[in-house]
Amino acid sequence: MNISYTVLIPLIPLAVFLLLGLNSQKIKPAISGYIGVLGLSVSAALSFYTAYQYFLVDGKVDDVYQTFVNKSVWMNFTETLHIDIGILIDPISVMMLVVVSTVSLMVHIYSRGYMKGDEGYTRFFAYLSLFTFSMYGLVLATNLFQIYIFWELVGVSSFLLIGYYYTKPSAVSAAKKAFIVTRFADLGFLIGILIMGYYAGSYDFETLNNPEGSVILNGASTSFMGLSVITWALLLIFMGGAGKSAMFPLHIWLPDAMEGPTPVSALIHAATMVVAGVFLVARLFPMFYFVENGFALNIVAYVGAFSALFAAIIAITQTDIKRVLAFSTMSQLGYMMLALGVSGYDGHEGVGYMASMFHLFTHAMFKALLFLGAGSVIHAVHSNYLKDMGGLYKYMPITNITFLIAALAIAGVPPFAGFWSKDEILVAAFEHNKFIYYIGVFVAGLTAFYMFRIYFGIFWGKEKTYEHKPHESPLSMTIPLMVLALLSVVAGFIPFSEFITPDKVGFEAHLNYPLAAIATGVGLFGIFFAWIFYKNENSLSDTYAKAFGPFYKWASDKFYFDEIYLFITKKIIFNLISAPIAKFDKKYVDGTMEGIGNKTILISNKIKGIQSGKFQDYAFSFVMGAVIIALVFIYLWTN
Amino acid sequence: MIAGISIYEILTVTSILFFIGIYGFITRKNLISVLISIELILNASVVNFVVINKYLYPDMLQGVIFAIFIIAVAAAETALAVSIIINLYRQISSVEVKDTEIMKY
Amino acid sequence: MEKYIFYILSVIIIVFAVASVSSRKMLRSVIYLLFVLCGIAGIYFLIDYNFLAAIQLTVYAGGIIVLIIFSVLLVHHIEMELEMAKVSRKILTGLLCLLGLAVFLYTIYNNDFNVVENQVTTTTYDIGAKLLSYDAGGFILPFEVISLLLLASMIGAIVIAKGRKLNDKNNEAL
Repeated sequence: MNISYTVLIPLIPLAVFLLLGLNSQKIKPAISGYIGVLGLSVSAALSFYTAYQYFLVDGKVDDVYQTFVNKSVWMNFTETLHIDIGILIDPISVMMLVVVSTVSLMVHIYSRGYMKGDEGYTRFFAYLSLFTFSMYGLVLATNLFQIYIFWELVGVSSFLLIGYYYTKPSAVSAAKKAFIVTRFADLGFLIGILIMGYYAGSYDFETLNNPEGSVILNGASTSFMGLSVITWALLLIFMGGAGKSAMFPLHIWLPDAMEGPTPVSALIHAATMVVAGVFLVARLFPMFYFVENGFALNIVAYVGAFSALFAAIIAITQTDIKRVLAFSTMSQLGYMMLALGVSGYDGHEGVGYMASMFHLFTHAMFKALLFLGAGSVIHAVHSNYLKDMGGLYKYMPITNITFLIAALAIAGVPPFAGFWSKDEILVAAFEHNKFIYYIGVFVAGLTAFYMFRIYFGIFWGKEKTYEHKPHESPLSMTIPLMVLALLSVVAGFIPFSEFITPDKVGFEAHLNYPLAAIATGVGLFGIFFAWIFYKNENSLSDTYAKAFGPFYKWASDKFYFDEIYLFITKKIIFNLISAPIAKFDKKYVDGTMEGIGNKTILISNKIKGIQSGKFQDYAFSFVMGAVIIALVFIYLWTN
Repeated sequence: MIAGISIYEILTVTSILFFIGIYGFITRKNLISVLISIELILNASVVNFVVINKYLYPDMLQGVIFAIFIIAVAAAETALAVSIIINLYRQISSVEVKDTEIMKY
Repeated sequence: MEKYIFYILSVIIIVFAVASVSSRKMLRSVIYLLFVLCGIAGIYFLIDYNFLAAIQLTVYAGGIIVLIIFSVLLVHHIEMELEMAKVSRKILTGLLCLLGLAVFLYTIYNNDFNVVENQVTTTTYDIGAKLLSYDAGGFILPFEVISLLLLASMIGAIVIAKGRKLNDKNNEAL
């Protein structure tokens, strides 16, 4: 299969970014929107073509999906250890191409309506293109180092886009927070990469992931603190992934990242960038699975399960709809992680891996839809808060219906997309780890509950007094909604198990009816509760909230994690470590230098009187010197 | 040759004259007085040239000719110094040494 | 006889030199300098350098002293008394000068001068021939240099002393 044209997929957004970014003052907003959408359309079309070619035409040889690599060496360290830049085409990267290009294209189209009249319109599209380029580069990376480079680039674009409204202090601090937290996690990633380079001797995915390769077979040979170094490296790499994917305890940046424009939240903080962590684990899945019997993979599973539960509980209590969606994203990412964590490798065992990728795919569609729908609502009522919304179904029929579809999809109601992927995840969890399965089911119920809580809160319930009469959003915004709604309905019918499995051999997945029935029942149960509580605004929810007492308060304050981090950073690290060091630096290091300077000035001030400018003083010194020299000579030569 | 006067005595007198000039140069507070002190110093050295020529190398004229040159240079120097002093007086209405210390620092 | 004349001249020179550097009246200080210069001219006469004595009298006493007197009169009020240096400074400088004098005299008296007894009379002709001679040991080149120097200093003195006024005129013209 000839894959050379795939190079264009990331390069087109880069070109758009350079064009718009360098001429942001010259290009008219209307044109820049068209340029962005056009560029993305071409690259999306190429992505779809690649997917079609790969999955359906000539990607398969003997029932096994081949890996195509097109790369050139960039930095050579040793025979085996080198950093390459290139393109790697395999099932998950092609799937990610489709996800990224679809969502990105929809968001581009949507943004033309949403950002209309905004001052930095061109800048916005430039950043979006930069992000899309980086994300493409990330999913197509052939080695750990390349993925790291693009990993940081998506971090930068995320930073730029969260802080897009840079005159708003909260947006600026949210951008900084996101950047610092993910950078902190990336430190782990980098150390992991370096360990990997040192002990495994390669950054290349093909070498690393080969189940018969030396890295996996000899993975446990060198150990450190009870675990093999490769496991440590994987855990550190997972730390980077957890930071990007907002896994507990590195999740604190994601809710705040909602300060960015809503399309950005849909694209970056729901559909694409945050799944980079999941993608990274999936990319290194054979290593996670084989090295030390999947110790690292277990960690992934538990972190994912805990994050899913933790975020779902917080999501119930939040009143800002974007924050609800943010926690929902975190919860669903936890779901994907736990699915990877409970996956096997061969054949049908790999259902967890498949389900994770499947959920990633469907989630990208319906979560982007939810965010864009929320953006449409926010656009109409000019508020993020649930208390300012209600009864909007009359005014915004399209948004209402598409949002409902997305909510049903995420709640796991058949036949919407989320049902299929979530069902596979639960099947995988049921087969491997019952405990995680129960958490998964519980989270599914919570998900349905909180999602319909905001759905009813926004579109039904009591009508609020609005400043302007809310109106349906323009066509440029509703078309992406409709497209994504359509995808949310049909995406579940894609036979994913045929395409994406850990060993790249397709298998037939069957619906496990009892499990599916339980999951659906729990979902419907959650919806039913939400209907009772929130269909008509009543005091029932408050009563129950009171019944939970302090627990409710904790959850609504996000279990005080921000405060804990602030305490740790400000009180402990800042006061106990940084402040003394800073003081030491100021007092002794700077002090020495300043002291030298000050003393020099002091001494010069004292001795500059010698240079009095009085020529008679100079003459005096001259005569005195001459006499002294004469005396010395006399003394020397007469003895 | 001065009958009955050795070179030591003459050199003693010129040395005294020289140091009187130096003393004046350092202590006087007026530029013209300083100029006068310089003349004293120059004259002391001129006399030395001449006397050493006369007492040690009577057949030569180098000392005398140097004396003539020194006198010429002194005249030139005085003329310049006076013109500088007059110019200075025009500019700052003073010929005191303490008013010419703006070279300081 | 010559011996006594020399002593008298020496006393005159030293006394008037001291008076010259310590007088608080400007003009008197200059006149004392004149006496010193005349005394030195007397020494030149004593050692038979008549031409040099004549130069001393014409150039110094006649030229330089007049120049200094002019400048004093131009920039100074005759009755004004000069400011004197601080006593500590005077003492310090005096000590330094005495020390220097001691070094000088010590060196001079420790040096064995190879004095040639003679009664040679130098004529103006000899000096002139020597000055204008371009043979070995002739002084034609320094003589020319000195003449150039005098010309340069003359021009310089005029420029420095007159420059300001010319500039003023130029400025006015502009």
